[in-house]
Amino acid sequence: MNTNFRVCPETGFHVHKPAELLMKANAVAAVVFLLVGGTFGLLVGLTRWPAVHLLPADQFYLVLTAHGLNVLIFWIIFFEIALLYFCSAVLLKCRLATPKLGWVAFALMLIGALLNNYIVMQGNSSVMMTSYTPMGADPLFYLSLILFAVGALIGTFIFFGTLAIAKAENTYEGSVPLVTFGATVAAIIAVFTIVSGAIILIPTFLWSVGLVAHIDPLMYRMIWWAFGHSSQQINVSAHISIWYFIAAVVFGAKPLSEKVSRTAFLMYILFLQLASVHHLLVDPGLSSNYKMFNTSYAMYLAVMASMVHGLTVPGAIEAAQRARGFNKGLFEWLTKAPWGNPVFSGMFISLVGFGFLGGITGVVMGVEQINILIHNTVYVPGHFHATVVIGTTLAFMALTYWLVPVLFRRDLVMKGLAKWQPYIFGLGMTGVSLFLMGAGTLGVPRRHWDIGFAGTGMTHDFPAAAYTMMALNGMSVVLAVVGGAAFCIIIVASLLFGRKLGEEKSSPALAAEMVTDDEYKTLHASGGITVPGTLCLTFIFFASFAAYYFINWKYLSQTWGIS
Amino acid sequence: MSISPPSDKVWWKEPIEKTELIWISIVFVWGVFMTFMMPYWHVVGDQNLPNETYRVTPEQFMAKAQGMVDQFTVGEHGPQKTPIVHPPAGSDVYLVARLWSWWPVLELEKGQSYRVHLSSLDWQHGFSLQPANINIQVVPDYEYVVNLTPDESGEYSLICNEYCGIGHHLMIGKLLVVE
Amino acid sequence: MSPHDVPPENEEIPFMQRLLDNPFILLFLGVASPAVLYLIWGIMEIVSIPLGK
Repeated sequence: MNTNFRVCPETGFHVHKPAELLMKANAVAAVVFLLVGGTFGLLVGLTRWPAVHLLPADQFYLVLTAHGLNVLIFWIIFFEIALLYFCSAVLLKCRLATPKLGWVAFALMLIGALLNNYIVMQGNSSVMMTSYTPMGADPLFYLSLILFAVGALIGTFIFFGTLAIAKAENTYEGSVPLVTFGATVAAIIAVFTIVSGAIILIPTFLWSVGLVAHIDPLMYRMIWWAFGHSSQQINVSAHISIWYFIAAVVFGAKPLSEKVSRTAFLMYILFLQLASVHHLLVDPGLSSNYKMFNTSYAMYLAVMASMVHGLTVPGAIEAAQRARGFNKGLFEWLTKAPWGNPVFSGMFISLVGFGFLGGITGVVMGVEQINILIHNTVYVPGHFHATVVIGTTLAFMALTYWLVPVLFRRDLVMKGLAKWQPYIFGLGMTGVSLFLMGAGTLGVPRRHWDIGFAGTGMTHDFPAAAYTMMALNGMSVVLAVVGGAAFCIIIVASLLFGRKLGEEKSSPALAAEMVTDDEYKTLHASGGITVPGTLCLTFIFFASFAAYYFINWKYLSQTWGIS
Repeated sequence: MSISPPSDKVWWKEPIEKTELIWISIVFVWGVFMTFMMPYWHVVGDQNLPNETYRVTPEQFMAKAQGMVDQFTVGEHGPQKTPIVHPPAGSDVYLVARLWSWWPVLELEKGQSYRVHLSSLDWQHGFSLQPANINIQVVPDYEYVVNLTPDESGEYSLICNEYCGIGHHLMIGKLLVVE
Repeated sequence: MSPHDVPPENEEIPFMQRLLDNPFILLFLGVASPAVLYLIWGIMEIVSIPLGK
């Protein structure tokens, strides 16, 4: 074996050392930007809590811009680059393609992210993450995003390069692991995302320095969302890969069927990115045909894919648990799961929250007509805090608890706190999501400093329930921030002070024994439904989905005639 | 196993679990149904945004709005003395979005339809009619023509729900519906 | 040599599996599909908006 590799004493992974360093750097940068972005999030939440109303308007809009960019872009994409390196180099036992270029990518992303924060802090670029033209920001605002995106694109191509090397050097046999396949889907979506970002941000940068006369505002919206929304579809593919990954390392589970899971991922490749149109459903100039086709992800095939993953991930866990003997009733497999292990609890809360809160609301508000009721209300952030925070961020946190002992060979500190962290964070974010959606249903606008309209000489009286929900949202934000801070503290402290593990094994085991085919055989002997508990859960999910879907059509039918 | 290559080299031919088949069938049919609902609502529903859009300059749009205001003003509203305009039922009415106000105040009749033209003179804005909760994007350089039919009389608020700079939260207007 | 002599491990890989095993074809599909259905269609719609009356 090449001396550039080490073998992980616990997982047996062959880790390419230059890749490992890059993963560490990207993951640490990710957590730092989560800390920064989360702090801004606290300030946003406290300002929108009517009784607190912490910041003055200019600072609120500044902080909101910084919050969006730090958590939606910098935290997530730094982590995803680390994840791509892991899923290629480590899972394929391969050397990482061009680690030196990996450092160039890292440097570009870091410079971009720091420069972006610096320029937003100057106060003349409070344009929100979307920076819709003709509202303009400092030219360095666009430039910093372009630098970051170029870095991320290089990182993505290093992933593809590593896949090619692994294939050429035969480091694995047959097909890549399902988790690597999911990461490939994330990388593919990342390429489309970043190229779209370049197509719109480069001309906008040139416009900001006076070299281009005009940026069409509608064209900007359409192309920008191919970047802004697709970037969140990278997350979906990434965190679903992590669900499969955690099912494997915690339970030794294998997917119910490679064919089904991979075909579901193929639907993502083909159609998930069409959902960018969700932001344009009440825009002028785009036809209903365009809106309906794209918003339905071509006949909801990508939604079908998500719902399939929603079955196959818990289904794989159920099958593994049943094969191991947790066979009593519908749910023993679930009640006997390791709920005290944050790797599992984080992942499972991510799965349930993403499906029930994020998924259902995303599809319903993505109905062309129903979108009229919620466009640009706080319902929208309510929805995406369920997808990108409960779904993606919590999955990333869960994986991080697993990565610290594997990559850094350090034991976690404050394990008691770590045990509770996913619940605190998950509960806080569930509150944020539900209360924002509730307030949005009552018409409360997003990105708005004062829904009391003081000083305008006019007013609109939102119902008292709207104020109550914004207050409850503020409290939920505080709870979520406690959970988020606990995560950052645990991880940073573990990296600095965690006991060095050396050759020692940690507990619980980092990689569960794989369930063998013989064990699975007992499960299939009956020939009936192998995962009845999961099927039951999916039926509950479906009933909630359908009920919520029809309720919203009902709401829609009660408003003014629009034609 | 998800973290290692599939054990079967030809995994495409593995049988699919019954559970998966049941679920895939359900969600596929549900997807087809949801796909059908949107065009169906265009046929039978009363709430569908139209396609009618024109390119326009801010000057052209303001001139058309000014023409309407000059012809049909019936009063003033609020501290800015914004004109209240009562256009004939069924006519073309113009609503101007700008930093940071809606102009003018429209007075519409309940149960009548109006061709409401929406555009912005400067940045992007968000037409958010409360408490009816109708939300439409307002984009400069484009004139969106939406037929609106108020179903209840009263004073409605027009708030801006697209962030438009430091005065965003000051951007509020009114729309009146009379019997 | 008749097809029956082919040992099972050299079994023909089905088309769909070969497609799913090729990240570069998938990359092409994943960029082409939204580029055509979302971006290009969208651009065509926006540029064909008529001038105001």
